Amino acid sequence: MLLKHTPKEIKERNALTINPAKTCQPIGAMYAALGIHGCLPHSHGSQGCCSYHRSALTRHYKEPVMAGTSSFTEGASVFGGQANLIQAINNIFTVYNPDIIAIHTTCLSETIGDDVNQIVGKAVEENKVPEGKRIMYCSTPSYIGSHVTGFSNMVEGIIREFPVSTGTKNRKINIIPGWVEPSDMREIKALAKTMGVEIIMFPDTSDVMDAPQTGTHEFYPRGGTTIAQLEAAGDAKYTLALGKYCSEAGAIALENKCGIKFKTLDLPIGISATDRFISTLSNIAGIPVPQSITDERGRLVDMITDMQQYLYCKKVALWGDPDQLIALTEFLLDLDAKPAFVVSGTPGKYFMERMEQLLGKDMGGAKVQNGSCADMFLMHQWIKNEGCDLLLGNTYGKYIARDENIPFVRMGFPIYDRVGHSYFPTVGYKGAMYMLEKILGVLMDKQDADSSEEAFELVM
Amino acid sequence: MNDILKDRALQIATRTGNEEVNIDCSKASLAGSVSQRACVFCGSRVVLFPIVDALHLIHGPVGCAVYTWDIRGTVSSGPELHRQSFSTDLREKHVIFGGEKKLYTTLTSLIDKHNPKAAFVYSTCIVGVIGDDVEAICRKVEKEKHIPVIPVNSAGFKGSKKDGYKAACDALAQLIGTSDEPAPEFSINILGDFNLAGELWLLEEYYRKMGVNILARITGDGRIDDIRKAHKAQLNVVQCAGSMIHLAKDMEEKYGIPFKRVSYFGVEDMSQALYEVAEFFGSSHMMEKTRELVSEELSKLLPVLEKYRERLEGKKAVIYVGGAFKAVSLIKALRLLGIQTVVVGSQTGKKEDYEIMGRLCDPGTILVDDSNPLELAKFARETGADIFIGGVKERPIAFKMGLGFCDHNHERKEALAGYVGMENFARELYASVLSPVWQFAGMKEKAL
Repeated sequence: MLLKHTPKEIKERNALTINPAKTCQPIGAMYAALGIHGCLPHSHGSQGCCSYHRSALTRHYKEPVMAGTSSFTEGASVFGGQANLIQAINNIFTVYNPDIIAIHTTCLSETIGDDVNQIVGKAVEENKVPEGKRIMYCSTPSYIGSHVTGFSNMVEGIIREFPVSTGTKNRKINIIPGWVEPSDMREIKALAKTMGVEIIMFPDTSDVMDAPQTGTHEFYPRGGTTIAQLEAAGDAKYTLALGKYCSEAGAIALENKCGIKFKTLDLPIGISATDRFISTLSNIAGIPVPQSITDERGRLVDMITDMQQYLYCKKVALWGDPDQLIALTEFLLDLDAKPAFVVSGTPGKYFMERMEQLLGKDMGGAKVQNGSCADMFLMHQWIKNEGCDLLLGNTYGKYIARDENIPFVRMGFPIYDRVGHSYFPTVGYKGAMYMLEKILGVLMDKQDADSSEEAFELVM
Repeated sequence: MNDILKDRALQIATRTGNEEVNIDCSKASLAGSVSQRACVFCGSRVVLFPIVDALHLIHGPVGCAVYTWDIRGTVSSGPELHRQSFSTDLREKHVIFGGEKKLYTTLTSLIDKHNPKAAFVYSTCIVGVIGDDVEAICRKVEKEKHIPVIPVNSAGFKGSKKDGYKAACDALAQLIGTSDEPAPEFSINILGDFNLAGELWLLEEYYRKMGVNILARITGDGRIDDIRKAHKAQLNVVQCAGSMIHLAKDMEEKYGIPFKRVSYFGVEDMSQALYEVAEFFGSSHMMEKTRELVSEELSKLLPVLEKYRERLEGKKAVIYVGGAFKAVSLIKALRLLGIQTVVVGSQTGKKEDYEIMGRLCDPGTILVDDSNPLELAKFARETGADIFIGGVKERPIAFKMGLGFCDHNHERKEALAGYVGMENFARELYASVLSPVWQFAGMKEKAL
């Protein structure tokens, strides 16, 4: 009983966060920056932040994660971090020679009021930025939003720095994929390729955070969106932002900067959301959906029809990041399962509105909460009171899964204790099939484990 | 790419002959360096984390609590409260108007809910800047709730991980001496073992056989009530000296308790630790028991090690760990397995530590302080290393390069201390270095 401290009675809390379902902004900014080719993320703050973010990303992806830090000291926190940042920029270009440095702030540098824009200007003035090298940056105060906000902020930073409108459109379509796995980004690219749609996707962590074993440690793996692609994004004919929380701010910034129209879609997780993604892409590009994709969809639908009796009315608890939760909720509804408890530590009104759209008035009886007291403690209390059949979320659910003996499928960030998320997508029809296979697997394992000898079945 | 930051040159040395190694360590990392080091908060948090019946509340934005939520495999024989993550989750308004009220509410409601034996309140960077009077809140709550409520002065920017160790020791010092229960004869405190994978329990078993009583475990599987009476022990046995030496010195000064620096890694150091404790108590009976214990353990262990040694002989290792004392033990333990250390470094080593390492290593060994992935990969390549011993951030680098790996940090899954630990260590190295996967690795280079 690891969580024996969780009482059943739910009391109103206003100060306390227990076992949070979110983390702080900078790690999101770091992950987004890793999806740009030849880019070294840089954390403008104390050493610990950078170390924690690198460790957390390494635990999740099982990959080396490179990032620099301004190594704040007592002096820097009193007199400002300018000297540290300028020295860092100089050292990084001299020693690590990236094409781009992606600077994000921390709660410390934000609170003491460092102005990164001004400091970067000064670094350029002092010739610390070699010819052809670039710096992008964003503000990521840890006390606002969550890791999701940090990701979105870095996407905006990318757009401030790179896309240029030359006046000649290139007919490409920009895709901002949101905070998804390298496997998902790979799948989105594959879908577009199958359709024959030329896209520019950023960030793109495939071949960075799922790099092959080659016998050498590549400081800058071969993946990631290149500067040339990012610049060309300014001439694209359209932008698709996948996930309101992670991607829309970037699409808006790009519209303002280069006049590119955009549409925000839910993450293409599950059947309905993938349908909307594929048909939007097909409409914008003016290219019909190829038979192979229609067939893939057909196989997914076939799989659902075959297994519907095992899915009907299954009560599901899910937690994690809003973009994922919205898409997963819709997928579960399409499967005839019942999203019963939904928790996201990331604040924001849109989440509740969209969930109500999906679940119906008063959330259709489901318990949904987001923001600061929406944590794993609350989730556990709900489950203790009403029970459920399936847990769907990041690794932090494993305590509840063990204590309450509930089947658990890992999904989202972070996943510290299983592999697969880097390699098998959850987006697209194929992703939906992978996910469905996992969900059915744990539900049916549980049925096998719990059934009496006479009810134990060979054929299911 | 330039491989080494110019200003770091003095933090690296190659042992050439018999001269003393001189390393310019204990200095702050250069800004911009991809350092493997962490901050003050991290240092305090890892040291105090294993106290299982205390409430650990992190005052700051949510990140610092999330990244330290149940990340140490430090196991408890009882309460599990330390594995929960509690944060004041400071938001923008608190940064502007102060977080004292939120700290007070959070702290009191958590104490009511969990009835802990004590509470530690960790300051993070931002608290150091917005100027919350954490100390005053702690005093107030202590009076109201009648348990020790101890502020940990751990704002991240106030130094490196080492300074965090010191802050943790200061916090512990406030607890020690607050209970006057007498201790039995032959009582020691164990300092600096964190009961990773149950290592402390192995040691307990050894000490029990010797007739030594363990009064306080500081901090692995630690209990507040034991720590409060730790000043009644006759001896402090200090492992992981980097983190605990401050406390040992403080207790020597305040209570006249002598201390011994030991290491439980490797056969030599493990045995020496037990002998030193027996010698300290001057009991011939205890010494006899210790000899019996050591010889019994060795007679079981050595034949097993011999089998591993046959296959590992001549392999080369890179060691990069947090504390330098551990690195010293590892050099010796590896040598017992026929493995040569070709690169050795630490995040927080002191000048004396590097001198000891220098004396232990063969000529040609590279010694490095506060290294980074680029350097480590370069050294491993140049020295033709086969094995890397490090922590979470080094593991994937080693694997990408095709080196075997052993986690000698928080994420070790098996006990590496004691005699059993030495066997586990040998097996882990053996399994990783000689894994069949390496025949498939780096195919591009092999021009398939």
